[in-house]
Amino acid sequence: MRNDLDISGKLDWVTVLLYLVMVALGWFNIFAAVYDETANQTIWDLSLNSGRQLIFIAASLFIILAIIIVDMRFYETFAYLFYGIILIALMLIPIIGKEVGGNKSWIGIGSFGVQPSEFAKFVTALAIAKFMGSVGFKMENNRNQMILLGLIALPLGLIILQKDFGTAIVFTAFIFVFFREGMSPFLMIVGVSAATIAILTLIVENQWYLHGAIIAVLVSLIFFGKRKLKRIMVLCSGAIILMITIESFDYIVNNVLPIRHKKRLEALVDPNFDPMGINWNVTQSKIAIGSGGFAGKGFLKGTQTKFDFVPEQSTDFIFCTIGEEHGWLGSLLVIGLFMALILRVIFIAERQKSKFSRAYGYAAASIFFFHFAINIGMTIGLFPVIGIPLPFFSYGGSSLWSFTILLFILLKLDAHRGQVLQRI
Amino acid sequence: MNEGRKEILQIIFITVGLIFLIKLFFIQVLDNKYAELADGNVILRQVEYPFRGLIYDRNQKLIVFNSPEFDLEVVTKDVKNFDSAKFCSVFEISREELRTTFKAMKARKEYSPYKPTIFMDQLSNVDFAKVQDHLESFPGFYVQARTTRSYATPALANALGYVSEISKTSLERDTTKIYKQGDYVGQSGIEYFYEKQLRGKRGVRFKLRNVKGIEKGEFKNGSYDTLSIPGQNLTTGIDIDLQQYGEMLMKGKSGSIVAIEPATGEILSLVSGPSYDPILLTGRNYSSNFRQISIDSMKPLFNRPLMAQYRPGSIFKIAQAMTALQEGVITPETRIRCDRSIINCHGAHSNEDLRGAIANSCNPYFRDVLKRMLNKGVVNDPFGDTRIGLAEWDKHIMSFGFGRKLGIDLPNEKEGLVPTPEYYDRAYRSQAWKFSNIYSLAIGEGENLVVPIQMANFAATIANRGYYYTPHLVKAIGEDNKPLPQYQERHYTTIDPSYFSVAVDAMQQVVEEGTGQYRAKLADIIVCGKTGTVQNAPPLFDHSVFIAFAPLDNPKIAVSVYVEDAGQGARAAASIASLMIEKYLLGQTKRPHIEQYVLAGKFE
Repeated sequence: MRNDLDISGKLDWVTVLLYLVMVALGWFNIFAAVYDETANQTIWDLSLNSGRQLIFIAASLFIILAIIIVDMRFYETFAYLFYGIILIALMLIPIIGKEVGGNKSWIGIGSFGVQPSEFAKFVTALAIAKFMGSVGFKMENNRNQMILLGLIALPLGLIILQKDFGTAIVFTAFIFVFFREGMSPFLMIVGVSAATIAILTLIVENQWYLHGAIIAVLVSLIFFGKRKLKRIMVLCSGAIILMITIESFDYIVNNVLPIRHKKRLEALVDPNFDPMGINWNVTQSKIAIGSGGFAGKGFLKGTQTKFDFVPEQSTDFIFCTIGEEHGWLGSLLVIGLFMALILRVIFIAERQKSKFSRAYGYAAASIFFFHFAINIGMTIGLFPVIGIPLPFFSYGGSSLWSFTILLFILLKLDAHRGQVLQRI
Repeated sequence: MNEGRKEILQIIFITVGLIFLIKLFFIQVLDNKYAELADGNVILRQVEYPFRGLIYDRNQKLIVFNSPEFDLEVVTKDVKNFDSAKFCSVFEISREELRTTFKAMKARKEYSPYKPTIFMDQLSNVDFAKVQDHLESFPGFYVQARTTRSYATPALANALGYVSEISKTSLERDTTKIYKQGDYVGQSGIEYFYEKQLRGKRGVRFKLRNVKGIEKGEFKNGSYDTLSIPGQNLTTGIDIDLQQYGEMLMKGKSGSIVAIEPATGEILSLVSGPSYDPILLTGRNYSSNFRQISIDSMKPLFNRPLMAQYRPGSIFKIAQAMTALQEGVITPETRIRCDRSIINCHGAHSNEDLRGAIANSCNPYFRDVLKRMLNKGVVNDPFGDTRIGLAEWDKHIMSFGFGRKLGIDLPNEKEGLVPTPEYYDRAYRSQAWKFSNIYSLAIGEGENLVVPIQMANFAATIANRGYYYTPHLVKAIGEDNKPLPQYQERHYTTIDPSYFSVAVDAMQQVVEEGTGQYRAKLADIIVCGKTGTVQNAPPLFDHSVFIAFAPLDNPKIAVSVYVEDAGQGARAAASIASLMIEKYLLGQTKRPHIEQYVLAGKFE
C-alpha cells in the first residue's frame, strides 16, 4: 500500500497540468457567463455559479486524492459491482428522482442532487474494459460482441427512459474502443453510411428519390463491375439494407421521436428554420461566438452571454462565452487543449500493458471526444442541440466529478502500469 | 492485427478539431454578420425627436407650438405572456382591431421582430396617462415621446399647412436619407416650405439591454449618442389679430383677402374662405378628419389667395393705363369719347381724361387705349401689327408679376394667365387673329387670369410707386433676423416710376368721389383703391373685387379682396378691404354699420 501512495514520480503530470488549466479556465468562463456589471459580485460569490463551481473543484481535488490512495486493483475488481449499483440507481430514478430542467434524471441527497447518468459513463467504461480484459476475450467472438452490446444497452436504455438523449448518445462512443480492439471496420462503415442516409432523409422531402438513387447506383455497379453472382448478391443486400434504413429512420423521426427532437433535427439541416423558436438557441449561440471576432471582446466584456441571449450559458453553452470574449484565439486554445488531452489519453492508453487499462483508456478518450465534438458542434450549428456538457468547462458538480474520476482512474492505472506484470 | 487503428482514431479526432477551427474561423473572423446581429440584440436605439421650430406672428405672438404626444411601439421579439384581453381593455380597442393592427404591422416591408415598430401612434397626453401604469404588464411594448403641432388660434390654417407622417412615396424619393418610416414631415403651407428649417435634427441614444429588453446602461459610455437639435423658429409677417379679423369677415363667404406691407413685401394676412381648424389635422384623428375636410364641397383645403384664378376685371385698367403711358400712346390729359356702340359702359360720363376714365371705369376709353397699343402701325398687316403690339404689352404686364408665379414661400402657387401671341395661335388654331378678336383684354375680361396674391402685389407696387418685394410670409428665420435672400430684392416694373402718380391719383379719386366713396372711404386715413366687378356666368352673381392701399403717403398696407358671387366690387370687397385697413392702421374699426353689413352677407 505504501507503494500506492507514493506515486508522484509516476503520475502523468502533462495530463494533470492540462486538467488543471481546463478546470481553471472553465471557472473563469463560468464567472464571465453570469457576470453582471451592476451587481458588484466577485468570482468567489457563493450565490453565483462561479462560487459554487469553486466548491465543486475543491471537492474534485479530494476525489482525486481518494482515487490515488485507493489500491489500483480496486477499480478492476469492483467494476461489475459499480455497474450493478449504477443500474439500480438508474432504475430508481423514475421512483425517487426529482425533476430538474425538464429531465427527471437527478437523485436528491438532502438539498444536494447528483445525476447517476453522469457517473454511468465511467462505470460502464470500467465494466466494458474489465470484460475486454478478461482471459480468453476475443473481439471476433459473436457471443462476446453480444455481451458488450448488452453492457452498453442496459444503462443506455434506462437513460433513454429518462428522456436524456444527450447522455445516451455518448454511449455510442464505445464503438471506438471496440474498433481499436479489433472489431470489424464494417460496423463503422455501416454506421457512417446510416448517418449519411439519415441526414439525406431529413433533407430530401420525398424518400422515393433516395430509393431511386440507390437503385441507380446499384444497377450501374452491377452493370460496370464484374458480374459474379456473389458480388451481385452482396450489392443487392447492401442496397436493401440502405432502403430499409431510410424507411425505418423516416418512421422513427415522424412517429417515435418527441416533436422537440424531431424539430431539432430539422433545424440542423435547415438553418433558417424557425430562428425565433426551435433554432433560437443555436442562432443566438452562433451570434455570440461569431461576434467575438479574431481576438474576442475581452474578459467580462461579452454582451450576448452576459445579457442572457444565449440560453444555458454557464452549462451546455459555455463555449459561447469563450468564443465571444476570447474570439478565434480563445477557441483555438480550448480546442487545442481538448485535442492535446484526447491525444495524450490515447498515448497513455497505448502504453498500458494490460488489456483492461488500455480498453479503459480508449473508453475515456472516446467519451471526452464525444462530449467535446457534440458540445462544440452544437454551439456552432454543426450538430443538433443536444444538452451535454463540455468536460471541465461546463458548470455543474456531477459532470465535473464524473469527468475527473474518468480521467484520474486512468492516471492511477497508468502510474502502476509497471506492476501489472508482477501481479500475473 | 490491429495495426494502424490507433492512427485512424487519431486522424478522426484531429480532423474533427480542425473542422471546428475552420468553421469557427468562418463565423468569427470572416463573417461580420454575427457581430452586427449581436449589436442588434443588445443595442437599443432610442431616437430623440427634436422640437419642431415654433412660428410667431409679426408682433412676437406665438401662432404654432408643440405639445407632447406618445407613440406606442412594440418589439415583437420581446413580447412575452401577452394578455390580449387586458391589452384590449387598457387601450380601449376591440379584439378585431388588435388583430388587424398586428397584421398590418407585420405586413410592412421594413417590419422586423427585433426592431421597435410603431404599434399605435399619437396617443394624446390624456390617453397616455390612462395607459402609463399598465405598460409594465406588457413587456415588449415601449412608449416613444414626440410632439405634435398645436395652434394658438384656429386662424391661418391654409398658410400654415399641416404636419403628418411621411408617405411611402416621399420616403422613397428622399435621397438625403434624413427621414425614416413614421417620421413627421410638413405636408403643405409654411410647414412644407420651411421643412428644412423647422425639422431640426434628431438625436440618438444607444442603450444596452438584456434578452428581456431591460436596459443595462449606456453603450460605450454614451460616446455615440447625439443630442437632438430643435428646429429653427420662424417669425412671420402675419398680424394674427388682423388675420383673425379677416377670417371673421370672410365667414360664410368664398374668396380671399391678401394684405401686404408694401415697403417689405411681408404678408400681413392671408385669408382663404372658407377655412378649417388646423387642430383637426393633428393627432390620432388626422386621417378621418383629413378625409372629411377634403371632400367638403366648399373646398376648405383650396388655398384661394394663391390657387384661385379669376379674371381681373376693371382693376386691370390701372395696369393698362400705366402700360399705355409707358408706350407713349396717351398722356394723362388724353381725352377719349365714351362710345358705347362697341362696348358697354356704366355711369354718366362722356369725354374723360385718363384719371376720370379710371375713376369712372370707362370701358370704351380703355378699349381705345388698348387699340392704340396693339395697332401702332409698325407693319401694315393688322394681324402682324397686333402680334407685335401684344408681345410688347405682355412684357409690361408681366413685369407687374402677372402671368407667372411670384415665388411666395408657400407651395402650390398658380401663375394666372397673360395671353401671349403664341397663346392666341393655339386658341384660334389655324385662324388668324387681330385686335378686334381680343379687345376684351382692355377691361380685364377675356383670357386674362390673375390670382389674388398677384392683385395684392399689384396694389403694393402702385403704393411703392413702381416696385415690389416678392410677397412672403416668413420675415425672420431662427436667430438670423432676415427672410430668405430672394425676399430681400426689389423688383422694378418696366414702367417709369413717374407715371405711377397718375394711378395713385386715380385710385385716390375712386375712393374720395368715385365707386369707392360709399364703403371704402375712411375719416382719418386717405385710402386709395379700385373696384372691380368680375363677370360670372348667370345666374351666379359677379365676383366682387377691390384693391387698395393706405395711407396715401408712405403706405403701410396694400390689400386685395375677392368675394365670390357677391356682386359689385363697391359693395362686399370694398367694405372688407377698408375694414382691414382700418383695423390694421387704427387697431379697431369705427364703422360698426359697415362691419354689420359685411357680416350679414347680403350684398345684392
